[in-house]
Amino acid sequence: MSCDEFVELVTAYLDGTLDEATERRFAGHLAECDGCDRYLDQIRHAVRTLATLPDQSLPAQARDRLLAAFRDFQRP
Amino acid sequence: MAAVGEAGGDPAPGVLPPDAELVARLRGGDETAFAALLDSWSRGMLRAARAYVASDETAEDVVQETWLAIIRGIDRFEGRSSLRTWAYRILVNLAKERGVKDSRTIAWSSLAPEDFGPTVDPSRFQGPGDPEPGHWRRFPAAWPSAETEVVSGEARHVIKAALADLPHRQRVVITLRDVEGYTSEEVCSILDISAANQRVLLHRARAAARSRLEAYYATSASTAGVRR
Repeated sequence: MSCDEFVELVTAYLDGTLDEATERRFAGHLAECDGCDRYLDQIRHAVRTLATLPDQSLPAQARDRLLAAFRDFQRP
Repeated sequence: MAAVGEAGGDPAPGVLPPDAELVARLRGGDETAFAALLDSWSRGMLRAARAYVASDETAEDVVQETWLAIIRGIDRFEGRSSLRTWAYRILVNLAKERGVKDSRTIAWSSLAPEDFGPTVDPSRFQGPGDPEPGHWRRFPAAWPSAETEVVSGEARHVIKAALADLPHRQRVVITLRDVEGYTSEEVCSILDISAANQRVLLHRARAAARSRLEAYYATSASTAGVRR
């Protein structure tokens, strides 16, 4: 496998959706190419960074309004 | 897919009972259960809605409308998907309607021109006349903090800006997958796209995010005097 093929397969690899033969070639290349090993690490690092983005929350007023709407809803 | 107990796989787990119990409590008017749901899903919903509409305010409106629709519609929930997927479908439909008004909506069924082509600049690889065609000319530079679990505030800033600049559909998919932690099955089901298209969009978005971090770390390394 060449490096330019490897970089296009990282997402499928991480999702575990490569077919068996391709996964073997992918793992083989990973084992012997430091550049691609680093590339894969950096993709993982990007994913980790994405997971740390702070959340915006619903304003308290909106939350109160929704709780009231739930309370006041006429159930059959 | 998994109909019951999927809420246990939520990125902020531990608070919600399994779907069947949750649904029964909501139908029974249990306010504590509703509040727990509201607090655990609203943030993710805001972020997902924000990927479709032009402002934070509109995203808040969409999320509120979604909760009202859930309150009114919970009796019609049939358990064919998880409760969370069902709720997100409502959200996405409402967000799309708003998106049309904001004229930002794009068809999801097929891929767009921006979804094709190499995700890494071809000039970074050796050409046909070089000793090893298709292999790195020079390895990607090491990142100062890539080995550690620590993510700096600045890196977060960079990644946030990268998200904002992504094509719309790539942004929606990477937001749901990597920011919110949804599985690919859930994302396909929420957005009604194929697994293959979902992967293409995610792949391009991740490659773009990595490349923005690369540019950032290259600058910060050169100012800190760190060599690759």
